[in-house]
Amino acid sequence: MIIPLMRKKFVEKLKWIEEEEMLDYVAIAQSSPGPIAVNTSILVGFRLAGILGAVIAVLGTVLPPLIVLSVITYLYAAFINHPVVAATMYGMRLGVAAVLIDAVISLVKAIAKEKSLLSLLVLIAAFVCVHVFDIHVLIVLAGAAVIGLVSTFIKARTLKNGGEAE
Amino acid sequence: MMIIRLFFTFALIGLLSIGGGYAILPQIHHQVVQRNAWLTPEEFTDLIAISQMTPGPISLNASTFVGTKLAGIPGAIAATLGCVAPSFVLVILLAYLYGKYKKMDMVQGALSGLRPAVVGMIAAASVTVFILALFGDASPSFAALSYKAVALVVACFAALRIFKANPILVIGGAGVVSILWHYLGPILSK
Repeated sequence: MIIPLMRKKFVEKLKWIEEEEMLDYVAIAQSSPGPIAVNTSILVGFRLAGILGAVIAVLGTVLPPLIVLSVITYLYAAFINHPVVAATMYGMRLGVAAVLIDAVISLVKAIAKEKSLLSLLVLIAAFVCVHVFDIHVLIVLAGAAVIGLVSTFIKARTLKNGGEAE
Repeated sequence: MMIIRLFFTFALIGLLSIGGGYAILPQIHHQVVQRNAWLTPEEFTDLIAISQMTPGPISLNASTFVGTKLAGIPGAIAATLGCVAPSFVLVILLAYLYGKYKKMDMVQGALSGLRPAVVGMIAAASVTVFILALFGDASPSFAALSYKAVALVVACFAALRIFKANPILVIGGAGVVSILWHYLGPILSK
């Protein structure tokens, strides 16, 4: 959601960064852990003004949610036991449940589009590991990364061998 | 002491949230609700609702929400810094490697496995939220189902899937319907 906004600002308005470079940054930001908005701001800040630039860019990204949410958290703690607030949150929880199920359906569809049996198996296995067996998320992620690496490696090798046979 | 624990817990959450968006939910649920019991499942769901309606990534909203609750403003700052610290190091490292290798087959390979796993984990966290929203503290059963709650979830889902409604409006609308029930319920049952 934030990516088009950043692109417009840095590429079109300020002309700090080339279009293609911005695409590379988004790719790196999506491949790295952590929120994509923060990762992109680190890259842009680092590119323009080194480590200090990265620090300043992160502070700029982090401050608005920090301020807004700390105010809301105090209000939440103060008013959650009020009957009307409690009723609102009860309804909003049901809304969140629907939003999450809707998001999961879209995400699963995107994976299914890859038409890779392995991806679907990894998806189901990860769900079962976390939901049924309560396995630590770190172990699940590490296992999935290894499966991804091995399958990419095998694919690359069979492609290479096929090329040599011709 | 709590401030240091917040920093490192959210550093771990930040490190393990790969894929953006909802990918953070399983990590937060695991660390904050299951392992440390810093938030109740209800508060976790409320946090998602609040995050949807305020600017900023869910992970940063969660950092502030949990940090403020446990240790005030210093806690919020510690958790937020922890959440971005791993990204800071890794993103700059990756940017450096990216310039050198451009394609990064290793990273792409690992991601091809991580993407479906993250979706599976988001599904697991979502099922937990779904059960909580419908049953609260009661154990799930047909008897404990409120027909009003089921109707509201179905209506929200239809609005999202069929009419592509904005999630913010759906969650806000569900809150408004619930307020109406709160006031009209006693009148209607008379």
